[in-house]
Amino acid sequence: MSLLRRLLGTPEGAVGTVILCLLVLAALLAPVLFPADPLSIVGPALVPPFTDPSLPLGTDRLGRDVLAGLMHGAGTSLAVGIAAAAMAMIAGSLVGTLAGLAGGLVDEALMRVVDAFQIVPSFLLALAFVSVTGASLPVVITAIALGAWTGPARLARAEVLSIRERDYVAAARVLGMRPLEIAFREVLPNALPPVMALSSVIVAISVLTEAALSFLGLGDPNIVTWGSMIAQGRNVLRSAPFLSILPGIALMLTVLGVYLFSEGLADALARRRSRA
Amino acid sequence: MRRALLLLKRRAISSIPVLLIVIVGTFLLLEAAPGDAVDAYLLSIGGGDAALVASLRASYGLDQSTLARLWLYLTALAHFDLGWSVTFGRPIVDLILERLPNTLWLMGSALALSFSLGSILGVVAGARPGSATDRFLSIGSLALYAVPSFWLGLVLSVVFSVQLRWFPIAGIETIASGKHGIDRALDIARHLVLPVSALGFIYLALFLRMMRSGMAEAWRQDYALAARAKGLGRPRIVIRHIARNALLPLVTMLGLQAASMLGGSVVIESVFAIPGFGRLAQEAVAGRDAPLLIGIIVTSAVLVILVNLLVDITYALLDPRVGAAEAAA
Repeated sequence: MSLLRRLLGTPEGAVGTVILCLLVLAALLAPVLFPADPLSIVGPALVPPFTDPSLPLGTDRLGRDVLAGLMHGAGTSLAVGIAAAAMAMIAGSLVGTLAGLAGGLVDEALMRVVDAFQIVPSFLLALAFVSVTGASLPVVITAIALGAWTGPARLARAEVLSIRERDYVAAARVLGMRPLEIAFREVLPNALPPVMALSSVIVAISVLTEAALSFLGLGDPNIVTWGSMIAQGRNVLRSAPFLSILPGIALMLTVLGVYLFSEGLADALARRRSRA
Repeated sequence: MRRALLLLKRRAISSIPVLLIVIVGTFLLLEAAPGDAVDAYLLSIGGGDAALVASLRASYGLDQSTLARLWLYLTALAHFDLGWSVTFGRPIVDLILERLPNTLWLMGSALALSFSLGSILGVVAGARPGSATDRFLSIGSLALYAVPSFWLGLVLSVVFSVQLRWFPIAGIETIASGKHGIDRALDIARHLVLPVSALGFIYLALFLRMMRSGMAEAWRQDYALAARAKGLGRPRIVIRHIARNALLPLVTMLGLQAASMLGGSVVIESVFAIPGFGRLAQEAVAGRDAPLLIGIIVTSAVLVILVNLLVDITYALLDPRVGAAEAAA
């Protein structure tokens, strides 16, 4: 409880928490307020925002409700961002822990694979992966995770390398614990916290990558996303720029919220540690 | 210099197996794709009979086993031959060499913009850590870092191309302008202002924040205290002692961001219709042109390796401690 209070005590943490709460609220309320498919036509095309009370943010080129799209898009962005980050964190920590514990040839081979993933621009990799497997939500999530797991892997390996030399690991070995038991009960739980600190940055990057993929038309065509809304608004950029500008602002707020939240959290944690 | 060259040799050799993993991995990934270039070609000409399909497959070598083709690909690659693009009907090496300069200009200018502006603003922010200027710059750059680059590109083009008509809306140069030499260079520069800003301003935050935290760290060091005790003026301490030491990690950042920026330029090139490397990747995806896509990914990996080698050398030249162990060995 005191951690939450300290988180809300920093300006960054407070603003970030409010933004993220509003987003989650929007995502949860979307199916309640707009139960119809956000991709269905509800009115005349290109209604400007703030003119029709039943369509507060107007309609797009095909007469679809912009507000409904924005709110449903919030869910997509958050879901993809969190799922891709979770996937990258899990895969990265497993590979990193394995490399750090195994050492020798296994370590060498795994780290070369990590290097290989790092020198290929992750967006190009995602592009290639989606084009091979066909655009659907799970594919997009995997494609994004493919480019994001190397950071956690490197960090997890470095942590494991330093932890496995500690006295309590030696003690566990003396006690007769099996190597796997040591890995999962002694090393991994202690190696994870620094790696977890990467998660918010990865969520933010994943949200932006998803938007860029769907902007290029490589997202799931049956799901409304902010990236695809920007892409469709681009066709009428001169006459109705708000169609592209609104989802862009939503994206920026989301990513900013994630960054601010993580900065506030880091601040709060650091202060708790310095007091302890 | 000998130290830097030794370091260069080590790094270059150690990147060969990594590159091999990239090549084989990409090849196998695209091998798993349903449909090949012949399917895409048949679609574009409206279909054909089985004999035509078989002869096309045979002429492109698509009827052989995966391993045989991987071997063929690797041997060709050893001669700098990336194969033939069915979509464009041209050798892939030619296509890439034709498109690469545009992307290198875009990427290089954007990196230069974000590095220089970011480090200067970082010095301003880090000169007095915790001041109002510092807070404003930190929050402002974070907000900028949260902006999707393609959206910033669209907004910039609405404001500066559509409304104000200051800059051209798309392309890399005026088509059939007949310009030469310095006129042509200026024309290209005018076309690049908006895309470079869209890409460069996003990454500015990274350099700013890194510079700022490096300077905040340097203020706590003994040499900062010594400089103050000597009675040096504040500007001199900031520039000569604090900023100089905080600048080094930024060079590493430059190398780390090269891959990310190459990916970012794919989207920016699509926004501004720049016929570069990234658009080529998109065209390869649209045309189901697997060899072209492999060629693009391999080339970009080589490019990232080269940038990082360059960064390593710069680092070794700037910091005498780096590579000293390798030179002694």
